[in-house]
Amino acid sequence: MTSVSRWVLVFYCIYLLLPLYWLMTMALRTNSDITGKFEVIPSNPTLANFAEIFSNPVWYQAFGNSLSYVVLNTLISICVALPAAYVFSRYRFLGDRQLFFWLLTNRMAPPAVFLLPFFQLYSSIGLFDTPLAVALAHCLFTVPLSVWILEGFMSGVPSEVDEMAKIDGHSFPYFFFRIFIPINRGAIGVTLFFCFMFSWVELLLARTLTGSTTKPIVVVMTRTVSASGLDWGVLAAAGALTVVPGIIVVWFVRKHLVKGFALGRV
Amino acid sequence: MAINKPYNNRAWLGVLPVLLIVAFSAVIPLMTVVNYSIQDILDFNSRFYVGLDWYRETLQDPRFIDAFGRQVLFSLSVLAIEIPLGILVARGLPKSGAWTSVLLILLAVPLLIPWNVVGTIWQIYARSDIGLLGVGLNELGLAFNYTSNPTHAWLTLIAMDVWHWTSLVALLSFAGLTSVPPAYYQAAELDGASKWQVFRYVEMPRLGGVLVIAVLLRLMDSFMIYTEPFVLTGGGPGNATTFLSQYLATMAVGQFDLGPAAAFSVIYFLFILLFCWIFYNSVMLDNTVGDNEARYHD
Repeated sequence: MTSVSRWVLVFYCIYLLLPLYWLMTMALRTNSDITGKFEVIPSNPTLANFAEIFSNPVWYQAFGNSLSYVVLNTLISICVALPAAYVFSRYRFLGDRQLFFWLLTNRMAPPAVFLLPFFQLYSSIGLFDTPLAVALAHCLFTVPLSVWILEGFMSGVPSEVDEMAKIDGHSFPYFFFRIFIPINRGAIGVTLFFCFMFSWVELLLARTLTGSTTKPIVVVMTRTVSASGLDWGVLAAAGALTVVPGIIVVWFVRKHLVKGFALGRV
Repeated sequence: MAINKPYNNRAWLGVLPVLLIVAFSAVIPLMTVVNYSIQDILDFNSRFYVGLDWYRETLQDPRFIDAFGRQVLFSLSVLAIEIPLGILVARGLPKSGAWTSVLLILLAVPLLIPWNVVGTIWQIYARSDIGLLGVGLNELGLAFNYTSNPTHAWLTLIAMDVWHWTSLVALLSFAGLTSVPPAYYQAAELDGASKWQVFRYVEMPRLGGVLVIAVLLRLMDSFMIYTEPFVLTGGGPGNATTFLSQYLATMAVGQFDLGPAAAFSVIYFLFILLFCWIFYNSVMLDNTVGDNEARYHD
């Protein structure tokens, strides 16, 4: 089984890399070059597409706009989801299963029609065109997701850990912050990544709730492209660059992930 | 969720912040859409109550039924590939070392690319004149052309979705696998367990929770897929890859039929809800995974 898995991994990585390689070659070629001929290795590589992005303030401001609401959203999601996931994993209470499932149903709303009421709701409370509006709207799916992922992992931590802390005379806040959260740091890392990821790539809500001052990168991408009649090269370069913040997140999360739960060190 | 947990209604204090923050964005828009769905809205000043007419009309619309059938087929296909593939990839990943970091980052990359760019990559990549995949397949002697052949369009969409989303299953499964205490593997080795038994009785119980999340996420998101097929095939050739979201978008945005589109949305929402509810309940009522774990340790 293990050797099968290893081979699957190798082939899957090649499968992953080929379109990514194609994205990179597109980013290094001009538009007419991309549509004009097929070549595996670009014969006239150019950095013009990247230069276009770095010289145009619309692009890097949009980058900052995206980061501001994504970071805000991730922080809010983790902070409210941690206590909720803990109580779901440790107690039964009135309506717990229904609530747990209801949380997930919020991911299921097909966006096309829901966008209008979202716009009306956030306009009426004066949050339209602020990073907070997008951050709160994205909480609709990142918070339930965080609760679900964290609960899944926390349920795997035996409740003896809680009891041991109590016997050792630790207060609940000490137990929760100094023992329980460190045990679950792998889970928190995974959750953090998924919140960041879903908020970062979400397009429709972000487009609806932002105006000219807070336009995020995903929206600028669709607009710049349609204005100049689809410039594949610039779009590919922008696509390659949008991956960077997420990779930084994975880089910091990975060591908590591979350490696993490390129950022995409690 | 485990069964032998103490009953304590004070636990509500812990979930209250989550409830408030989610309800804020959830309840009002949903109610507004339900409200639209029972009215004929000519403009915002002249609207008439029509009851359940839009619902009846949507459920009898042959184009809705076709799109629904295609949607179910698509979701089942990608789930059937992505879940087993994701588990295998996660098991293949080394548990520590430099390669782990490199591979984790590689897996994360497709998830971080904006969806319209994912569609664009595959649109070019699969083109039979200028794309690596398209040209490559034609070199192998297959007359591959996803813009004219419906089957090829389908296969390209599924290949794209597998490329885009298997990582989600793999990353969640990997996180689940790292939570298996090494002692369990040692115990299994001492007992002379086969590789399949190790997977079934040592790894699966730990994976159960995250796999439920992975299946539900992929079920919901594949059922609502919009941006990528919109960019890649535009629903074509013909209507071959027009899924529910795309049909809905032409109604809501293209024709501005707010009432019927709202009824469509509510039906759409209820179907996803139903599928997830069936899956969730069948998993939660089925406690055999926990039993197996207990039996193994006896």
